[in-house]
Amino acid sequence: MVVFLTNQINRQEQTAVKPKITVENLNFYYGKFQALKNISVEIAEKEVTALIGPSGCGKSTFLRCLNRMNEIIPGTRTEGKILMDGCDIYSKEVDVTQLRRKVGMVFQKSNPFPFSIYNNVAYGLRICGYRCRSDIDVAVEQALKDAALWDEVKDILHRNAMALSGGQQQRLCIARCLAIKPEIVLMDEPASALDPISTGKIEELILDLKKNYTIIIVTHNMQQAARISDKTGFFLLGELIEFGETKRIFTNPSDRRTEDYVTGRFG
Amino acid sequence: MVSPRISQKIAFTVLFALAVVVIAPIVVILFVLVKNGISAINWDFLSQMPRNGMKVGGIFPAIVGTLLLVFGTTLFALPVGVCAAIYLSEYAPKNRLTRFIRLSIVNLAGVPSIVHGLFGLGLFVLFFGFGTSLLAGWLTLSILILPVIITASEEALRAVPMGLREASYALGASKWQTIRRVVLPSALPGILTGAILGVGRAAGETAPILFTVAAFYLPHLPGSIFDQVMALPYHLYVIATQVPNIPREFQYGTALVLISLVFGINLIAIIIRYFYRRAKRW
Repeated sequence: MVVFLTNQINRQEQTAVKPKITVENLNFYYGKFQALKNISVEIAEKEVTALIGPSGCGKSTFLRCLNRMNEIIPGTRTEGKILMDGCDIYSKEVDVTQLRRKVGMVFQKSNPFPFSIYNNVAYGLRICGYRCRSDIDVAVEQALKDAALWDEVKDILHRNAMALSGGQQQRLCIARCLAIKPEIVLMDEPASALDPISTGKIEELILDLKKNYTIIIVTHNMQQAARISDKTGFFLLGELIEFGETKRIFTNPSDRRTEDYVTGRFG
Repeated sequence: MVSPRISQKIAFTVLFALAVVVIAPIVVILFVLVKNGISAINWDFLSQMPRNGMKVGGIFPAIVGTLLLVFGTTLFALPVGVCAAIYLSEYAPKNRLTRFIRLSIVNLAGVPSIVHGLFGLGLFVLFFGFGTSLLAGWLTLSILILPVIITASEEALRAVPMGLREASYALGASKWQTIRRVVLPSALPGILTGAILGVGRAAGETAPILFTVAAFYLPHLPGSIFDQVMALPYHLYVIATQVPNIPREFQYGTALVLISLVFGINLIAIIIRYFYRRAKRW
């Protein structure tokens, strides 16, 4: 009876904290330079995880390990394991294009294609083989609504995306990413080039997206991390110094270096 | 000691003067051609066959011949050049073969055009047995402008920002999908501009067509790709140096038509570039 109970409790705990992504002993090298040192962390499903730290500390590199974007840079090397839903994304059987459909990414500099707004969002769908016009229409509209851009662009869908404002372009990039229904969304300083109003909109959007997506966001703005994230990780010189509840990281960090950083004493 | 303001003024003046020197030759050439040749330009001159040992009539077959050469050369050179550029800019590994290919392109661009002409004679006219024909001329001119097209296309491809490629990869696109659907469309205006400038050059070349396609005097239009054609640059050479007693305004008029044609082709390139530059800003 006792055994049965503890088993059940264990199982309950496991399901409650079941991570979406498990990183084990991740090392990453640009040539000889080691950019990530022995990172191990678990990232929970449908939460916002913020990665903070000074420039060049490896947080963007870490983010790009999660959808294997670093592979397009020659001379890089990855060691260790990254499990997504229990499956190693660096194993040979994994098709990297399939992985990237599951793990979407929004970049620091908004990078819409020089096509129409519609074709920007439809691009990912066409890449995965959607042909039916009405299916694409529906998916494009839904993605633009999810990215809180639909009302602004519904009458100019066939205008060139380059004509949009910076904030709109970034939301278009988010819509483009959402259109192919990823499970995880990686955001690399998505609001760093935007004015405060556009930034506010993006933050609102992130909180809204949390219901359906697992979001990992790199940010230099600590107020932003505090406002929108559930968990925060602090990177320094390629190491993950501390990871935990955002509230605790900002109010009661256990590492001195984290405290120095979040209180603005360095970095 | 000259004050900074004065020395700056001197520098500007010198730089400006030298920039003006660049436009001087083209202005003088145009002025002379227009002054001496405009009297020859009329509908008959442009639309008639040459007659009576080219002393009367027009230059219609030479205009048609040059246009045919230009279109055919584009048809051959553009696909080959663009494909080579895609390979070099997107796929080529950094190894000896790639370096050798690049070196070949640079040297191909430096080969004198008369050598191209003799090469075309040897390979296409004689060895392949095409005879002196449009086909041989197209292929010879294609080789001549290939380096221009490859270089321009490669630059246009490289100018496509990394961010666009990353965006495409991040959406699960393969490398080829990214190239075909994002990189190539974005680079297309640059590629077209380069191609058209190359073609403009082909229109004006004499030596490569001398032994491969050009006819001395052929007062009818070609019937097949194995026929010879007259072409403006060679016709100009003929009536300027090979046939006595050609009216002077015919010579200037022919030169004027040729240079207008080349300018016209270049103008198309400039318009395309202008149009697309406005459409995209990254």
